[in-house]
Amino acid sequence: MELIDYDSQIPNNVALASDERLKRALEQWHPGYLNWWNQMGPNGFADSEVYLRTATGVDPKGWAQFQYVKMPEYRWGIFLAPGDPERRIGFGEHIGEPVWQEVPGEYRAMLRRLLVVQGDTEPASVEQQRHLGATAPSLYDLRNLFQVNVEEGRHLWAMVYLLQRYFGRDGREEAEALLHRRSGDEDRPRMLGAFNEDTPDWLSFFMFTFFTDRDGKYQLEALAQSGFDPLARTTRFMLTEEAHHMFVGESGIGRVIDATLATMKAAGIEDPYDVDRIRTLGVIDLPTLQRYLNFHFSVSLDLFGAEGSSNAANAFASGLKGRFNEHKITDDHRLVGATYPVLRLQGGAIVARDEPALTVLNARLRDDYANDCANGVKRWNKAIEKSGIQFQLTLPHLGFHRRVGEFQSQPIDPAGNVVTDRTFDQVTVSHLPNATDRAFINSLMQPVYEPGNYARWIAAPKVAIDNKPGDFEFVRLHA
Amino acid sequence: MITSTGLIRQHLIDPEVCIRCNTCEETCPIGAITHNDDNYVVDPAICASCGDCLGPCPTGAIDSWRIVTTPHSIDDQLGWELLPEDTGEIFESVPEGDDEARALLEVAHQGAPRAVAPKSATVPHLNVATRHSPITATVMGNYRITDPQSESDVHHLVLDLGGHAFPILEGQSVGVLPPSSPDTMRPVLRLYSVSSPRDGERPGHNNLALTVKRVMNNGRGQPGLASNYLCDLVKGDQVALVGPFGDTFLMPTDPASNLIMICTGTGSAPFRAMTEFHRRHLPSGPGKLLLFFGARTRSELPYFGPLMKLDRTLIDIELCLSREDELPVRHVQDGLRERAVEVTELLGHDATHLYLCGVKGMEESVRDVLAESIPDWPAREVQLLQEGRLHIETY
Ligand SMILES: Cc1cc2nc3c(=O)[nH]c(=O)nc-3n(C[C@H](O)[C@H](O)[C@H](O)COP(=O)(O)OP(=O)(O)OC[C@H]3O[C@@H](n4cnc5c(N)ncnc54)[C@H](O)[C@@H]3O)c2cc1C
Ligand code: SF4
Ligand code: SF4
Repeated sequence: MELIDYDSQIPNNVALASDERLKRALEQWHPGYLNWWNQMGPNGFADSEVYLRTATGVDPKGWAQFQYVKMPEYRWGIFLAPGDPERRIGFGEHIGEPVWQEVPGEYRAMLRRLLVVQGDTEPASVEQQRHLGATAPSLYDLRNLFQVNVEEGRHLWAMVYLLQRYFGRDGREEAEALLHRRSGDEDRPRMLGAFNEDTPDWLSFFMFTFFTDRDGKYQLEALAQSGFDPLARTTRFMLTEEAHHMFVGESGIGRVIDATLATMKAAGIEDPYDVDRIRTLGVIDLPTLQRYLNFHFSVSLDLFGAEGSSNAANAFASGLKGRFNEHKITDDHRLVGATYPVLRLQGGAIVARDEPALTVLNARLRDDYANDCANGVKRWNKAIEKSGIQFQLTLPHLGFHRRVGEFQSQPIDPAGNVVTDRTFDQVTVSHLPNATDRAFINSLMQPVYEPGNYARWIAAPKVAIDNKPGDFEFVRLHA
Repeated sequence: MITSTGLIRQHLIDPEVCIRCNTCEETCPIGAITHNDDNYVVDPAICASCGDCLGPCPTGAIDSWRIVTTPHSIDDQLGWELLPEDTGEIFESVPEGDDEARALLEVAHQGAPRAVAPKSATVPHLNVATRHSPITATVMGNYRITDPQSESDVHHLVLDLGGHAFPILEGQSVGVLPPSSPDTMRPVLRLYSVSSPRDGERPGHNNLALTVKRVMNNGRGQPGLASNYLCDLVKGDQVALVGPFGDTFLMPTDPASNLIMICTGTGSAPFRAMTEFHRRHLPSGPGKLLLFFGARTRSELPYFGPLMKLDRTLIDIELCLSREDELPVRHVQDGLRERAVEVTELLGHDATHLYLCGVKGMEESVRDVLAESIPDWPAREVQLLQEGRLHIETY
């Protein structure tokens, strides 16, 4: 086997070069990883030079280095945010004790499970987005896609590092298994539903990065509170990268909206429901955007799991996974006797019911998430409002189109009305993208590869990346 | 930091571009960033323009700056949907070149963001050597120029440029790339003012001099990386240089120009270069040189001996010593205040240029003195900047 100079190939701040055991484990895992990347990573762009951001250190200056890199040569790294020797566990039964640098024996299984579930989502999205390069609306967007992809790859590394470093043989087996599951594969699917959905087109990709990757942000932030310090520090650094994914989603959809509004204005169309005419102009009508939004929001909500969960309660009580921004919350951080209002179906209506806070942590995290999504939608609406066109995007109700938890398969419409006498499918179908929508969006998916040009359905970015102008050659296709 | 008078380069966040991801707030080492449900904003009273938040921001929203006389308050910013229209007082376009050097210079010039070069200054060369192709200089000499007993360890370094063309003007700086160490993950770059004039420390020898202060503590209990590397070099060692940098902090070559120079510590480096240029090339010019030089004691004042030997008809030197036993406490602003009438009078002439270089902290007190003695100082400051007559470089 070819020996790798791990310190230069794999930038890290975990003294990889001097940890023989870890190095051996990684050396065994790395070829499989590359193999996975070659099979399942972005299809057809292995030779292109992409203007990527690479982290080479965790200090503010070291973590955003821009340069042209071929994706297979991307320097996957292992980074832990700077540690604090005084840090103490911030919640649960061990509150106030020093954080753990090694895995506490009694929590070993639970912690491993948390890592595996998190780790499994990272390669999954790469798999889902594999074919999107062929239809990118611009080189700028192509670069953003690839940046998201390599960072997901790096996040997989981060989780694999934790598994291999702290979980011995079990960890190595789990790390191996992460390379063998495949998004959407019936025999060996990814662990969470949303990660087995297709990402068939760029609109879906932007929705995915806005909604589904944001779930990642909430999960990572809750893990960044962990009493297991290596996990807390790893996820804290991942969050800085995850922010870029959110940016791709929010600005991507924002730019779709801008293109639609500008085109409608230019053609003198005021009615957002004049769908046929709008579509003829080659831009995406707002009602279709709303249906895509409905789909991706509801699917992403499922990632938070059932409202009540003893797993979540145990992870919290054990000090392994906190709430979002746990350190900024002012309560006892143990939730003794505390309650939290959860939406429940009761007698044909949806009501908020106070329940023991410890058992409904998933609902709380999901509410924080939904609130964050709502703020993003608010900003899109500002642009629509300014154009004078009468339309506002809205998040559907938490109960709409759910497959997990309290509202699973319940006929609830986007406004939150429980609709009687109709099946789940009938209620939802008119509010989700239909075959015509998908075919139309698909027809727009033509690649635009000239620097500075953008597909008609999406506006140029207001600010490109790294202060580069919009006509910068973000990807050199035939390097 | 904000100052009460003059121009401020205010750090803002573009609400149209920001996605409210909290990364900047998480990154800022001194808690200058805060937010409400609508916006992320920078507190002008806290932000030190360190630039730490710029790289991690995924959107570029954080890299927004406005030149203002009164900073936009936090409350105002929290309510914004757009950045305010800029009033035309926007930062001049910056030349291409090393991003990090540019960022360092921007911070160093933050006190005088709209400065232009003096009218008669020679046009500088910029970015002759880049990070990808630095030039290698050889150490010809390295001497301590503060008293060995004093706490302040400042070195005079002479570097031979061999056969490389590396043209420098007085007031420009060079970038030094110290060798990477295991705990720095990327090559570090630091800027140093060149303390020799354009024809070199020794004319005809293609060399230059630097004045480097050893940083004992970088704030994290470790010795400063580049300054210790430089101070420890011995004759024959090689150094990687990039640059030159800086296209505004330059001297006028019109022999009639007056130079008022205010400095502390290694801030004297560019003034040594300018003074030496005058001595060599404009010896009989009518222009006056007036230097305010602050240090704690004589023994901590770089180049004390050579400075005292300069002909008083060439340069008028005001030493301002703050910890000399037998003398009253005197900082540069005190010296300046004592000679305010003269300085004001001089500044009334178009031929007078005012330079400030050294620690950031002195900027505000110097401004305060100027504001006391010059009516309508804020407006005058803008005018002086535009005329290429006011230059601030602090670090
Ligand atoms: C345009 C420009 C010109 C400059 N010219 C000179 C020059 O002529 N001579 C010179 O010596 N330096 C000069 N500097 C400063 C120089 O670039 C470095 O910042 C300085 O040498 C410290 O670098 P370092 O790598 O040794 O320390 P680092 O490892 O970077 O540590 C830096 C930290 O040390 C602290 N620190 C920095 N400088 C000092 C100081 N003087 N006293 C106490 N603490 C300090 C700060 O908190 C800083 O965060 C200049 C800077 C700029 C921007
Ligand atoms: S420039 Fe530095 S001090 Fe200012 S907000 Fe950014 S990180 Fe904070
Ligand atoms: S890091 Fe950038 S995008 Fe994120 S909140 Fe700060 S300014 Fe906004």
